[in-house]
Amino acid sequence: MRVIIHEDHRLPMVAVNIWYHVGSKNEHPGRTGFAHLFEHLMFEGSQHYDKGYFHPLQEAGAALNGSTNPDRTNYWEVMPTNALDLALWMESDRMGYLLPALTRQKFETQRDVVLNERRQNYENRPYGLATSAVVAAMFPSNHPYHWMTIGETADIKAATFEDVREFFRTYYHPSNASLVVAGDVDTADALERVRAHFDEIPAGPKPLPLQTSVELTSERRLLLEDRIELPRLYLAWLSPAMFTDGDAEMDLLSDLIANGKVSRLYRALVYERRIASEVMAFQNSRELAGFWQIVATAAPGHDLAELQQGIDDELAKLAAEGPTADEMERGHAQVEAQFVYRLQTLGGFGGKADQLNAYSVFLNDPAYFEKDLARYEAVTAVDLHRAAQRYLRTDNRIVLSVVPKGKLSLALPHSTPAVVS
Amino acid sequence: MSRERRADRTRLPTVGPLPSFRFSHVHKDRLSNRLSLWSAEHRSLPIVTFILALPVGSSADFEGFEGLSAMTADMMDEGTGNLTAIDVNAAFARIGAHLESDVSADATVFTVTVLAKFARQALSLLADCVIRPRLDVADFDRIRQLRLTRLVQIRDMASAIADRAIMQVVYGTHPYAHMALGTEESLRQLTIETVKRFHSALYCPSNATLIASGDLTPGDFRQMATDMFGAWADAPCQIPEDGALVAPPAAPVHRLVLVNKAGAAQSEIRIGEVGLARSTPDYHPLIVLNMILGGQFVSRINMTLRQEKGLTYGARTAFDFRRGRGPFILQTSVQSDGTAEAITTSLREIDAIRTDRPPKLDEVEVAKAALTRGYPRNFETAEQIARAMAQLVLYGLPDDYFNTFALQVAEVTVERAREVAVVHLHPERLATAIVSDAAIVTPQLAAAGLGEATPLLPRL
Repeated sequence: MRVIIHEDHRLPMVAVNIWYHVGSKNEHPGRTGFAHLFEHLMFEGSQHYDKGYFHPLQEAGAALNGSTNPDRTNYWEVMPTNALDLALWMESDRMGYLLPALTRQKFETQRDVVLNERRQNYENRPYGLATSAVVAAMFPSNHPYHWMTIGETADIKAATFEDVREFFRTYYHPSNASLVVAGDVDTADALERVRAHFDEIPAGPKPLPLQTSVELTSERRLLLEDRIELPRLYLAWLSPAMFTDGDAEMDLLSDLIANGKVSRLYRALVYERRIASEVMAFQNSRELAGFWQIVATAAPGHDLAELQQGIDDELAKLAAEGPTADEMERGHAQVEAQFVYRLQTLGGFGGKADQLNAYSVFLNDPAYFEKDLARYEAVTAVDLHRAAQRYLRTDNRIVLSVVPKGKLSLALPHSTPAVVS
Repeated sequence: MSRERRADRTRLPTVGPLPSFRFSHVHKDRLSNRLSLWSAEHRSLPIVTFILALPVGSSADFEGFEGLSAMTADMMDEGTGNLTAIDVNAAFARIGAHLESDVSADATVFTVTVLAKFARQALSLLADCVIRPRLDVADFDRIRQLRLTRLVQIRDMASAIADRAIMQVVYGTHPYAHMALGTEESLRQLTIETVKRFHSALYCPSNATLIASGDLTPGDFRQMATDMFGAWADAPCQIPEDGALVAPPAAPVHRLVLVNKAGAAQSEIRIGEVGLARSTPDYHPLIVLNMILGGQFVSRINMTLRQEKGLTYGARTAFDFRRGRGPFILQTSVQSDGTAEAITTSLREIDAIRTDRPPKLDEVEVAKAALTRGYPRNFETAEQIARAMAQLVLYGLPDDYFNTFALQVAEVTVERAREVAVVHLHPERLATAIVSDAAIVTPQLAAAGLGEATPLLPRL
């Protein structure tokens, strides 16, 4: 297991952060949602402390949580330095000794909790299943990004207690994990404490990397009905994978095109023409592939065809002329500020410990921070211009219209119903 | 720890003595126009956060003009001097920043975080925006339309509808009953003149506090503030009677209401009553009590509804302590066929903590530890520290409040936790609001003896 110790003596706190290099991309059709369901089980107790995971840590003043995405599962604690051993003990016990404490009843209860999480955060939320429709259309059914991390309802219901053992044995062991201890600690001492807790756990086999490929060669138009009043348009393109050439360009393009009042689409669609009520764009950087997305909601009285035309006009203009010097200056200023802001928080989602693990797991280079900043700083107007021309075309994308139930005519012409469950 | 040592798995490691923590020193100053300056140095990174805080929130909205304070705040980055709305946002973007405005029931808070090298530019822009906004009618019309559209979108958001429903039922005609966004009807009453009147009456230096936190000395801060805010005229503030302090209703308008959403995938539930003001002497016992009842993962309500019954992804309770008496609210979202069970269980838990299952000693100790031991993590970033100072300002707390917090929590006894449960939770006053599919929920409510829910259309 890779172990990274990072000293930061600003506050009497320490952050523990573990990444397992497994996510929903490691699932199979018919069993989607399992990596996330498994994450829930990691909080249900382990062999040597089988009374729930939260209690002793909260009593010690820790904040803690975990999350699953397509590429990885992370777990973290942030607490006063005096509780470091406790966090290491708890994390190592569930890494080494989870299964003896796991019961069918815990499994079934957490399966119900996850089904309720899905209802609350996806099914009962306006536009909540739109991204599911986009990725299902963008990635073919045998591609590991074809489904959402939360999984399909039928698959979650079909998950069995027996699947848990197999999943744990395949993915949850030191050779597939990376541990960060960051905070007010001494490196040698912290490392000793880590050894005392984790050395006894067998390394286990390292799972093989996945081999995938994907391409889009035409525009596909889809529609989805939802319990909403305002139609919304999703435009999605395949884009470079995380940390690969073009990834930083696409990230910068999302700000330039649609984030903030000064961005091109906000200005054209919301500020000047007032045909949209909101617009945003983002680069979804993932390990095996990326996708870049624009989301725009119609203003009352306006339709999705107007939005699509307005967006395509702006994209055509960008492809023709490239970015302005002002836009480049703003983009670089935002990047510089964001990288410094990222250093403020020690633990938790997106804190320094989490960033170190991202660099460790995806790049095998925990010290990548400076290089990461450098790859953004190196991006020129010419690079952005080329990226816009290369990726954001009208003949290689998914176009999803989300419309109020029963109002199919509000979708863009030639749209076919999307598949979501 | 020696190299040979291996963890003892027969028991949990003991936790050593708690490291000490002190909140940054708060430096206070005042300009000649009576603008208060508060700052705290926090030099670990070259970052500064500025906050301009006004003790004026949605409870100060003129009657019939609900949404006015939020609309006014929203207009502050829509142009100043020769700069259009786009120019203002471009100027912030060039220094890697943006102006954030938050309007709560009690306060309006503007926040800008920047790299220290851009502190002057950021403060200058903040001053231009807040002191000299253009307040053009065309910008007003556009922003109001966006806010009206937001109201349309909220109709589809079950959780936001539930929040509105419970406040409406618990607070009746009190200023806390309406949301900062206002309603379609009240937004249509607003004009640019109303906004100008609100701005000139309530945005005045004697009513405001400028806060700085981060890589900036109090001396440099004073100089910058003098340069940028010194010319803000000390016009008399026309502060109306504080809406927050109007007496709330003694009982809810209805005990059980249902907002029908045909086809909803779940039931959003809120259970609440009028709670306490931030100034209550029972503040610390109440936050300990709340931790036990529903304020953390291992709370009674979450453990029962989520971990035991699997009915929900999560359930929690909170006292929202405000300048006036803010609400106590339980919130959860449950599978529709478990709606009545979740409500019955929640009501029973609230009742039990003041009757047959009062807080136990170990529960009180765990709650106190959870509240205090991890406390320093609330003060990691310049923005967290600035927001903490804004709390001191807005609620009149002592400068050393964050250093004495742990001691005050430590003094809470099991007897005090039990006492505040009996005194401040009132099962007979609790109202329940449900947003769900009436066809699924109504029979359950009847079968569980909860009675018939009054249909409610939240004011939007």
